[in-house]
Amino acid sequence: MEEPKNTNGNDPAGANGNGKKDGPLQELKEKSREAIPMLLKPREGRVWKSIFRHPLDEKPRNRSLAVLQNVFLHLHPARINRDAVRFSFTWGMGGITFYLFIILTLTGIFLMFYYHPSKVVAFRDIQYLEHNVPFGKILRNMHRWAAHAMIITAWLHMMRVFFTGSYKKPREFNWSVGVILLVLTLLMSFTGYLLPDDQLGFWAVTVGTNMARATPLLGHEGPGGPELGMTAFNDVRFALLGGSIVDANALLRAYIWHCIAIPVLASIFMIVHFWRVRKDGGISGPAPMLLESESDQVIRG
Amino acid sequence: MDWAQLWKITTLPDNIPIVLILLLLPYFTWLGLKQAFANDRLIKKLESDPEMAKTHHRKVEPYSKGWDKLVHVWPYLLRIEFLVAVIITVIMLVWSILLDAPLEEPANPNLTMNPSKAPWYFLGLQEMLVYFDPWIAGVVLPSLIVVGLMAIPFVDVNPLGSGYYTFAQRKFAMITYMFGFHFLWIILIIIGVFLRGPGWMLFWPGMTWDHHRQVDEAYVHLPQIFGLENPLLMAIFGVVALIAFVVVTGGITHVFFVKKMASTYKKMNLIQYGTVQFLWITMLALPVKAVIWHMFRIKYVLITPWFNI
Ligand code: HEM
Repeated sequence: MEEPKNTNGNDPAGANGNGKKDGPLQELKEKSREAIPMLLKPREGRVWKSIFRHPLDEKPRNRSLAVLQNVFLHLHPARINRDAVRFSFTWGMGGITFYLFIILTLTGIFLMFYYHPSKVVAFRDIQYLEHNVPFGKILRNMHRWAAHAMIITAWLHMMRVFFTGSYKKPREFNWSVGVILLVLTLLMSFTGYLLPDDQLGFWAVTVGTNMARATPLLGHEGPGGPELGMTAFNDVRFALLGGSIVDANALLRAYIWHCIAIPVLASIFMIVHFWRVRKDGGISGPAPMLLESESDQVIRG
Repeated sequence: MDWAQLWKITTLPDNIPIVLILLLLPYFTWLGLKQAFANDRLIKKLESDPEMAKTHHRKVEPYSKGWDKLVHVWPYLLRIEFLVAVIITVIMLVWSILLDAPLEEPANPNLTMNPSKAPWYFLGLQEMLVYFDPWIAGVVLPSLIVVGLMAIPFVDVNPLGSGYYTFAQRKFAMITYMFGFHFLWIILIIIGVFLRGPGWMLFWPGMTWDHHRQVDEAYVHLPQIFGLENPLLMAIFGVVALIAFVVVTGGITHVFFVKKMASTYKKMNLIQYGTVQFLWITMLALPVKAVIWHMFRIKYVLITPWFNI
């Protein structure tokens, strides 16, 4: 046997063979010699392996594990319908909608650092943001335009789901969850509109919430409302605005709905939405086409 | 002709998205329908050739025996997702650099904005306020839109067309959706964005917004056209007119279902069929009311002491 090529620290043969190599300095030297390969090949080290629980080489098993064992990716299955990755089927619209939501969350958090939800101050905060905060203007712009874009992509996503008949059994429930997400998306936009506290938002929200006066039974101008004792000071509109006009309380309420309540709700529904996409068997297609003559088999099946 | 007015509306920063959707919606509609028609051609071929139908893989996408039906998410899907994320980020960055979000004067309850418009995606609702009272346009119809959308999967009993684009196999569903979304919803938004000026009056493209134009207050109620003035008679007439509308539109729809969609009709239970009829009739009421309002200035059909329709 020649030189044992052993980088392993506790080599019993080496340690026992000749004791004269011992000594603190010598030990340090050897330890550093061991450390070099570790640094050069981090992927074999303990830290790496503790983070990534499997090797990253190109084996089918590892390709699957890379997805399944990652918390951010595990909503995906390991493998999917080969035609489903084509852009033409989903247009990527659901994914884009979700990505815009992430952009909105990130830019929204930054905006919150500069914004106070109170009358007079709110408007000044926006001006300050536009003129004095580094990148403040682009931050606000991006939050605004991503919100508009998200509505467009959600509509287009819904259209593609409809066109591909993807709401049919077993995906009925997920379509309904989608509709709720659409409503929440619109409400997020609407509540955000008031926050700059400028004329645009103020009047849009005034017009919008005025409709609540006319709610049947619950609004003071709606059919059956006055008979039930509704006034401008106790009906649904009052509950929405925290007052009978769009003022400081309305601003605070819009802020809380916009920054906390609706995003949390939307996140919960998105979790359900994505979970159901998986549990309903992944996205619906492109599925093999059925013929009219076979349609009765499906009903029974 | 004052094209500057139209240009001003179109280039309002908050209206850029509606301009965008006017480009994206036709494109994606085309993309979807193109695939639907391609699939329909194949379906036709397979229907007429049972031998081919037995062996065919039933997609227009190419397929050969040796190929896997599934591919790995990593890398085949994740790389696309990553790329799309990068592209969207770039688009949003460029958009945010080029176009500034609007900021008007500070809110002032004493200075009414005229017209005060909701954001473009709500202008469909605001536009409905012209034709119906707020409790219908602002509360009942929006709720029905949401509930109606949620009901779609439960009333569509057609087993065909699940998971692939098709038009021929789902004619009624496709036409209904496009009537509701492309026609009603988007048209109302376009009217709201581009054609409504001060006082929520109609201004055609090329007209200048005239803040002093008199609101045209003249209107009649349907019963008055028939010479009725007595409130009770008017109310009775209104109820009869509404019932007539429901019977006529519902009847036509019914005949259509029985004649043209017999197999679908047979599969539906009464609740499903009733829901479809109800939603369909309600949807038709909107353009009908819009037409009688614009052509005859008819404001209400049914007038009661508590509510008007
Ligand atoms: C905040 C809004 C939404 C987000 C983030 C979202 C996200 C997604 C994603 C990522 C998928 C996977 C497939 C794809 O990308 O197309 C999906 C599928 C689906 N979505 Fe949405 N969605 C939203 C709104 C909606 C709406 C408004 C509807 C319908 C009314 C809907 C109904 C569905 C259905 C039925 C599926 C399954 C489609 C299939 O199996 O092919 N979603 N959604």
